[in-house]
Amino acid sequence: MSSHADLATYNFAYLDEQTKRMIRRAILKAIAIPGYQVPFASREMPMPYGWGTGGVQVTASIIGADDVLKVIDQGADDTTNAVSIRAFFQKVADIAVTTKTDEATIIQTRHRIPETRLKSNQVLVYQVPIPEPLRFLEPRETETRKMHALEEYGLMHVKLYEDIARNGHIATTYSYPVKVQGRYVMSPSPTPKFDNPKMHMSDALQLFGAGREKRIYAVPPHTEVVSLDFEDHPFEVQKFDRPCALCGAEHVYLDEVILDDKGGRMFVCSDTDHCEDRRADGHVGELLAKPQEAAE
Amino acid sequence: MTDSPLLKVNDLSKFYGTRHGCRNVAFELWPGEVLAIVGESGSGKTTLLNCLSTRLTPTTGSVEYQMRDGSFRDLYHMSEAERRFLMRTDWGFVHQNPADGLRMTVSAGANVGERLMAVGNRHYGNIRATATDWLTRVEIGVDRIDDQPRAFSGGMRQRLQIARNLVTGPRLVFMDEPTGGLDVSVQARLLDLVRGLVSDLGLSAIIVTHDLAVARLLSHRMLVMKDGHVIEQGLTDRVLDDPHEPYTQLLVSSILQV
Repeated sequence: MSSHADLATYNFAYLDEQTKRMIRRAILKAIAIPGYQVPFASREMPMPYGWGTGGVQVTASIIGADDVLKVIDQGADDTTNAVSIRAFFQKVADIAVTTKTDEATIIQTRHRIPETRLKSNQVLVYQVPIPEPLRFLEPRETETRKMHALEEYGLMHVKLYEDIARNGHIATTYSYPVKVQGRYVMSPSPTPKFDNPKMHMSDALQLFGAGREKRIYAVPPHTEVVSLDFEDHPFEVQKFDRPCALCGAEHVYLDEVILDDKGGRMFVCSDTDHCEDRRADGHVGELLAKPQEAAE
Repeated sequence: MTDSPLLKVNDLSKFYGTRHGCRNVAFELWPGEVLAIVGESGSGKTTLLNCLSTRLTPTTGSVEYQMRDGSFRDLYHMSEAERRFLMRTDWGFVHQNPADGLRMTVSAGANVGERLMAVGNRHYGNIRATATDWLTRVEIGVDRIDDQPRAFSGGMRQRLQIARNLVTGPRLVFMDEPTGGLDVSVQARLLDLVRGLVSDLGLSAIIVTHDLAVARLLSHRMLVMKDGHVIEQGLTDRVLDDPHEPYTQLLVSSILQV
């Protein structure tokens, strides 16, 4: 119960207890059948669809008074979506929030998995816009459900075939389909395929909530997550030809930032917390190494 | 020909409420045989074809199919997974409208390759080589392999649909008016192609058509349907040259002679 006297009294974490109970049951079922999309009675949330209503409902159902919440959007803690969801839970659940990956017990994310390896006491909650990996090739829900039930996944490779036929390589860079524990093909939400290997045998529990599509699915800890590919076109992640301009990190996912209208640009860590940590530890990228040039 | 039929149909009926789509149909189809089902619109041809190909569940009767291991299985006592597997490996279904049988938004190569990928082929180079080979066999230029079927003419789409169905080496192909909507010269080429493929591959086929010329060209045997009943069946030449039933006589005499 909220202690703020001037605020309309919300139940802890906004949702009523019966709704949380219903969502927790869906989550338990999802964990029991890794990769399977469990339908649930998604509620209206005080934010538009597409802003993370699914993820927020999952977080609201699992969060406790002792939890520490971190919210990231495209890897960053300071974007509108991340800031407003964090503020939402501070208001309706009065819980501690953080931007440090290490300190968080629940991390709600849109589009990225933190660079820091997650631990077994952490839960990663994904906001999912389109949970059905087969949707763009097969518009009928009745048919896709049947295909999942009968493990008919040839169609998923048709998509990859098209990629190679058109581009000479698998050009899908995000929402790259994976097979979970040798059974269900699953969409990892629009995370870059760079993050797919992090899902494999992760120590942390991974929960996926799709509010508009009313589906919850999960990857339990220590579960096999294999990216689909062809024998002669194996799966590979994006490679960057330079380190982060601010912290000099290699083998991390970088964002391109336009600096001026003369073609100036830099590549920086998409995971802002990871980047800040490294700079605090004394790592310096090329842009910070030459402050006088950058100032001019 | 072997000594047992490929498909055994017993007493098959399909009711739509109190009306019937087809009634008490029984026949056998032998390996390598092409059977035509002819009749006018509304005579139950398509209902019968759909009941045979598990696209529609019949009200009564049974359809038994000889599996590759030689055993007979009743299609409607198989699990749905087995039926669907059968449909995409050992069977083919050629729709009248190619858009129903093709994926219009993926390339011709992927259309042909889909069945291969569905049965677990995971080598892009091999899939593409097989697709190229099949496009050549159905007379589609190899340079069109990455084009979507929506850029194809009606005749090309129909040939692509045939290639897509035959790529897994099925033993039985169902065709619903395969030449419907095509002009006569394209029809002639398509019939020629189908006839060649059927004899090369030793396929069995069940072809639904209202066009007696198609039946004459392609089929060995035919069933004539009227009001849901099979009123006459026999060798194609016998039925067309010496029709016994008054309705069949009417049908045969209705062909325009030019």
